[in-house]
Amino acid sequence: MHLLLTLSAALFAAGLLGVIVRRNVLVMLMCMELMLNGVNLSLVSFAQQNGAVAGAVLVFLVFVVAAAEIAIAIPIVLLLVRAKRSLDLDEYADLKG
Amino acid sequence: MIATVLLYLFAASALAGAVLMLVVRHPMRVALALIATMLSLAGVYAALGVHVIAVFQVLIYVGAVMVFMVYVIMLLEMRDRSLARRYSALLVPGLAGFALLVWALGRGLWQDAADMPGAAGGTPFGVQSFSIAFLNEYWLHFELVSILLVAAVVAAIAVIKVGSGSRG
Repeated sequence: MHLLLTLSAALFAAGLLGVIVRRNVLVMLMCMELMLNGVNLSLVSFAQQNGAVAGAVLVFLVFVVAAAEIAIAIPIVLLLVRAKRSLDLDEYADLKG
Repeated sequence: MIATVLLYLFAASALAGAVLMLVVRHPMRVALALIATMLSLAGVYAALGVHVIAVFQVLIYVGAVMVFMVYVIMLLEMRDRSLARRYSALLVPGLAGFALLVWALGRGLWQDAADMPGAAGGTPFGVQSFSIAFLNEYWLHFELVSILLVAAVVAAIAVIKVGSGSRG
């Protein structure tokens, strides 16, 4: 249990570092997926600890919502690349809001 | 005994994949490292005895999300500055925040380590109990998720249409 929670925290921290530090937009998206996976691991280990089937159902719903999130995020990245001809994050510095 | 060894093995390979994601240069290699991490996490779930979630991890994440991501990387084969310089200007503040986060998480884990139960405490549930609970009690959530997926597809098409409409 302790091992699993440590691994979950490490995956979340590595994903957060990747989102902040990397320059490529697609790499940042993948690091967000890594963060989600890390949090999911702690959810699964707690559900397995309690023997709760509701936890497994919740994990399934989280998987589907993550798939929907990627299905929205990828077209937005495609639009950004079409507008700027670049995957570099510094090129998007004139985005407002 | 062998399950514990497998658990440690898969945990170590998941962590190695995550570290590899931070240092390699090309997005395709980052995607492959992420796939390795996700497969190792599926191995961790299987070693814990929750085979349903391990199967879902492989099917949904590796089979759907990462295949999509790999195709997009192949579509956008761009040779720009993000390949030569992989780290942004936020490298030093990012590392500082990372150290702070690791310190806080590690301190919390260390303090709670005493009253934490062992790994073998829970009773694993099989496919049967999962599917009975899923389709008897949570069928409404299942239907809501399908509506969410339809909405996501419509939104993706709308985003692409808006982009091509404003350009041409």
